[in-house]
Amino acid sequence: MTGNPALRRLGLLTPALATIALLIGLPLILLIWISLLQKGGSSGVDWNAAPSLGNYIRLAWEEDFDGTMILNTSYLVILLRSVLQAALTTGLSLLFGLPVALWMAGLSRGQRDLMLLLITIPFWTNLLVRNYAWLIILREDGWLAQAVGSVSPIGPIPLLYNDLAVAIGLTYSFLPFMILPLYTVFEKFDWRLLEAAHDLGASRSRALRRVLIPIAMPGIAAGSLLVFIPCLGAFVTPALLGGGKTLMLGNIIQMQFGASRNWPFGAALAVVLLALMLIVMVAMAIWRNRRVR
Amino acid sequence: MNIRRFPLTREISLLVLVYLYVPVVVLVGYSFNANRTATVWSHASLDWYGRILANPTIQSAAKNSLVLALCAATAATVIALLAALATSRAFPGRGGVEAVLNTPLILPEIVVAVATLMLFVALGVQLGLGAMILAHTAFCIPFAYLPIRARLEGMNQSFGEAAQDLYANRFRCFRRVTLPLLWPGIMAGFTLAFVTSLDDFLTSFFLSGPGTTTLPVYIFSSIKAGITPEINAISTVMLVISVLLVSLSFFLGRLRR
Repeated sequence: MTGNPALRRLGLLTPALATIALLIGLPLILLIWISLLQKGGSSGVDWNAAPSLGNYIRLAWEEDFDGTMILNTSYLVILLRSVLQAALTTGLSLLFGLPVALWMAGLSRGQRDLMLLLITIPFWTNLLVRNYAWLIILREDGWLAQAVGSVSPIGPIPLLYNDLAVAIGLTYSFLPFMILPLYTVFEKFDWRLLEAAHDLGASRSRALRRVLIPIAMPGIAAGSLLVFIPCLGAFVTPALLGGGKTLMLGNIIQMQFGASRNWPFGAALAVVLLALMLIVMVAMAIWRNRRVR
Repeated sequence: MNIRRFPLTREISLLVLVYLYVPVVVLVGYSFNANRTATVWSHASLDWYGRILANPTIQSAAKNSLVLALCAATAATVIALLAALATSRAFPGRGGVEAVLNTPLILPEIVVAVATLMLFVALGVQLGLGAMILAHTAFCIPFAYLPIRARLEGMNQSFGEAAQDLYANRFRCFRRVTLPLLWPGIMAGFTLAFVTSLDDFLTSFFLSGPGTTTLPVYIFSSIKAGITPEINAISTVMLVISVLLVSLSFFLGRLRR
């Protein structure tokens, strides 16, 4: 071991930074490069192609027989659906996560720890298995579908392979990401502020709206980001609970590496996903800076 | 009136708990179902557990999953331990280093998975167990790093200083003082990394070559082929293993310092 602390630090950090650089950074750089190439060959990429934005243009336009470019909305629709599905999931998580976090903050210490444990356990179990469990429940011959069918006036309602099933599965997958940051905010909350609001004649809902929610805003923002981003790139949930008409970005990326075998186009779709994620994160950072000022 | 209590929050919380646990209970319940149809109940039995134990495809997938998780978690823990020792003291750029270490938590897994697939194919790295170990090591680093870092944070520096005052050299001080104190954090980190690798589906899905399926990849392809009671049983096993290991990790993380 050397005596120079800076050198020693560098030595200790090198394995971690090198691993991340080689197995996360380098693949991402290659991804961007391949998104500019064309498909071809047995490996799925024509390495000698001149780089172009062709794959990105293909997202919205396709070439007609006579060479004119016509608008093709099929990918744009999937892109839009992914964003809407992620937004819907974020909204549902907030709708249910906020009351849970609020309730937890009012519990005794022991009960809080128990609730924290109960909320986090499902998160640590296999994502695939959790979504599969919903597949069993929502199936046509499952008990929930039969129960719904027996009370609904229009007969059986298909519960599976639609946007709602995907929303249920995504919310189930990522709800803890919303509850935990909110709980952290409420746990530190100075409840005397709420008492003060009451003493000054604010109704309960007004105090909630004007005092609690504004203070919880950083938690709401953090939770929303933590739910929205993984939803955007979801693959397992739409693959299991969604049908052919509820594809998301993750599914069409996978298709380019499976049946369609068009790696450069798949790479372009993956870059679009990364870009969407970055836009959301930057927007959030700007909003946070404004708030601080 | 208690100022901390809001109407309906209790009811909604209980509803959320039901929402979180009903699927788990249903899945586990059906795994003990004797009926051949995965979702029609007849009577309790351990049949399907016997069948998955006897199934050679599942056996080899389970072996791959264990080898993969063991290798990736060990590598990630060693790498994370070294990094945590460096970042436990403040230095310019520490925030940046920690952000880099945590990138696998933020990036969408499918993007990293397809990018790694293309890198390996471009470099001629054969897909399969080795490729999966490399990729899993990278995304397991933050899971191993965070508990180790938390343990180091709370550790009393004076023991190390005392050892050095008593003429222990740096290495001896690390081996005899820091490492034993840090051990629960290291084990907690290893366990978390192990579970993360064991439960991973997406990365393995893209990088598993022919004949090297892992359990989650096997489960996914079985579901796509049609739901069977075997999937319920194997899923329940995975569920129980994750819960046990994560509980162990939390327990280790909370051990008295």
